[in-house]
Amino acid sequence: MIEFQAVTKRYDDGTVVVDSLDLTIEDGGITVFVGPSGCGKTTSLRMINRMIDATSGTILLDGADIRAQSPAKLRRGIGYVIQHAGLFPHRSVLDNVATVPVLLGTRKSTARKQAAELLERVGLPAELGKRYPSQLSGGQQQRVGVARALAANPPVLLMDEPFSAVDPVVRDGLQEELLRLQSDLGKTIVFVTHDIDEAIKLGDKVAVLRVGGRLAQYATPAELLARPADDFVASFVGRDRGYRALGFLSAQGVPVGPVATVALGASAEQARASLDNGWAVVVDEAKRPLGWVSEGSLSTVDQVRPEDLVSGGSLFEVDSGTLRTALDSALSSPAALGIAIDAQGAVVGGVVADTVVKALADARRCGEVPT
Amino acid sequence: MTWILDHLDVLFTTSLDHLWLALIPVVAGLLISLPLGWMASRWRLAKSILVPTAGMLYTIPSLALFVLMPLILGTRILDPLNVIAALTIYTVALLVRSVADALAAVPPAVTAAATAMGYRPLGRFFAVELPLAVPVLLAGVRVATVSNISLVSVGALIGVGGLGKFFTEGYQRGNPAEIIAAIVAILVLALLMEIILVVAGRALTPWARTGGAR
Amino acid sequence: MSVFEQVWVWLTSPDNWAANGIPLRLLEHLRYTATAIPIAALIAVPLGAYIGHTRRGGTLVVGLLNSVRALPELGMLVLLVPAMGLLLAFEALTIVLVLIAVPPLLAGTYAGVRNVEPSIVDAARGMGMSEREVLFGVELPNALPLMLGALRAATLQVIATASIAAFVSLGGLGRFVIDGNALRQFDQMAGGAVLIAALAITAELVLAGVQWLVVSPGLRPTRTRKRKATT
Repeated sequence: MIEFQAVTKRYDDGTVVVDSLDLTIEDGGITVFVGPSGCGKTTSLRMINRMIDATSGTILLDGADIRAQSPAKLRRGIGYVIQHAGLFPHRSVLDNVATVPVLLGTRKSTARKQAAELLERVGLPAELGKRYPSQLSGGQQQRVGVARALAANPPVLLMDEPFSAVDPVVRDGLQEELLRLQSDLGKTIVFVTHDIDEAIKLGDKVAVLRVGGRLAQYATPAELLARPADDFVASFVGRDRGYRALGFLSAQGVPVGPVATVALGASAEQARASLDNGWAVVVDEAKRPLGWVSEGSLSTVDQVRPEDLVSGGSLFEVDSGTLRTALDSALSSPAALGIAIDAQGAVVGGVVADTVVKALADARRCGEVPT
Repeated sequence: MTWILDHLDVLFTTSLDHLWLALIPVVAGLLISLPLGWMASRWRLAKSILVPTAGMLYTIPSLALFVLMPLILGTRILDPLNVIAALTIYTVALLVRSVADALAAVPPAVTAAATAMGYRPLGRFFAVELPLAVPVLLAGVRVATVSNISLVSVGALIGVGGLGKFFTEGYQRGNPAEIIAAIVAILVLALLMEIILVVAGRALTPWARTGGAR
Repeated sequence: MSVFEQVWVWLTSPDNWAANGIPLRLLEHLRYTATAIPIAALIAVPLGAYIGHTRRGGTLVVGLLNSVRALPELGMLVLLVPAMGLLLAFEALTIVLVLIAVPPLLAGTYAGVRNVEPSIVDAARGMGMSEREVLFGVELPNALPLMLGALRAATLQVIATASIAAFVSLGGLGRFVIDGNALRQFDQMAGGAVLIAALAITAELVLAGVQWLVVSPGLRPTRTRKRKATT
């Protein structure tokens, strides 16, 4: 557990970057500090491992004042990942990852062996270990940065905008990877970002900070979207807030109706007969959806072939889906009917937008959603 | 002290000689290195020949180069041209790199925009690339000027050295005042040229000043 | 006989390669250089590393470098050697050579340490390295390319200045130039000049080789790799 108690950071020129911050970060979750530039989010993070010392107030790590031990010793027990990874260009990838264990006195050969395992853990082939950082892509460097931070198996991980310098597709992959890793490791992660979407995607709890270093709201992502504390948080959380909030509501209550299906390779005549409202889902042998056929697309062919399919929208998984995925499947479907699938990916039915909205209204009435 | 006061006029005229010996190579070197540096910034082959050659020439100690010049130029040993040519070689060796680096540092977006507006390569070079390269170029010119002013005095060992002749003379006569006077004169010349070049640089790059103004 | 032939004859004459001829002057030249460079490095490297690490006093270094570049070596030599007396001529020369070698080494070390990317140093501290470990484990290894570049520059300047030491009755390869000039023997003068140039170029090549061997492969410019791949 990390506790900020009335922590203030004031620079010599009088600027206050963190203003009397009180915050408790629970163990085993991802806590995200988010806010515009100048809100003191990075400063707050860097005060935890004493890269910056607070002007006043106390930070407790598992009940003990972080000032009780030397900065170097404290930092060896806290993983640290930064924006451009900060890998040592003169050391091989393996030796980069082995840095902290070696600092702590582990033998070099042992540390390297562990480092190689860690590389695989963060999704990198072990052969990369012999390379130098300049020979890696940005995304790979960032993965090495994460592996390096995990090397000494610290309970706490500080991540300062780790993914903001990589392109959106790579960033998405890195975020997924972090969530997967975290479900295995259960570290206490403090994560700084200026990207509210990243905060909502990754955070178990999100602390929104405003310029001048004041805490605006500290809540779960769902609560943040549903009940922003004030106009600042509301505008920072941004557009489509209501829609994105649906991502935190289970779609268990959404009724799944029937959907017309037709096997790939069926004759056009057969397919025409099975159309419902002019559309049918084409499925493979395992009943997985491949696309749609319609009156129009069938008129010129005599068999359902893969190249004639109308591509479908997003899919909605019945057991784990949220209202957001349910609604999106309906809205993005060419037939205005979202395809519901089971965990194996087989088609189990269809959902229409109306029923999703109705499910939301029901949930509101039952008090599941704060209005 | 009395030696200095007695020889002020000689010191002054010799300083002017010294300055010429140092500055002619700077001007000549700049004129030669502009096209060479431009080629090096444009063609990889030119760069892979010019830059190592320049580095090699810069390696040769001044005394050796002064003495070897007659072999190449067919001049007499005591000809001032030897010193001027040798210092020109140093200046070119130093500036080719500066010019190439400076031109390479011009943002590609700027040159692309100039091309898109219809500049031909030569026009673009003088209107866009060269002005933007001035700050880096000028830093190179400053280094070349100051080290030339210092190196001219080595020429005194082969009879052509501007203020350097007071070094050899002062040594042979056991007159430290003469030596100190010449050192001071050389430092003053270097400082003066530095100031002139800094001022010239500011005048040549008015756009660079707005950034510094608060 | 053309001038070139005369110089060639001088350079290949067995008399000149007798023990008290070219080899002696070469050894003297190397001794001057090999004495001055380590002393200069002992002064400049710790100071440059300290200034670069603490980031204090950088402008001082740059200013110092500029003013020393303007100092005429010959002037310092003819001033200092008589002042210290002929018995201490070697020491006087060494002082001048150290004075010439310190600024480039200082500036190179300072710039090398100073220019290590801040995120790398930040990561090093953040992982719990002490200031010593940051300096020796991260900053200095990354500064090595610039430091060795500075060593090359300093060595060349020292070799060049050592070649004018002959004027103040010291040895070194400059002896042939000075004596040849005094005796109006151009073959000896030019032969000496060729030897000086050859020594400087050899030193440059050897140090470039050392630089290639010593610097971590991770710090080699990626540019050269690409160039090799395409040509």
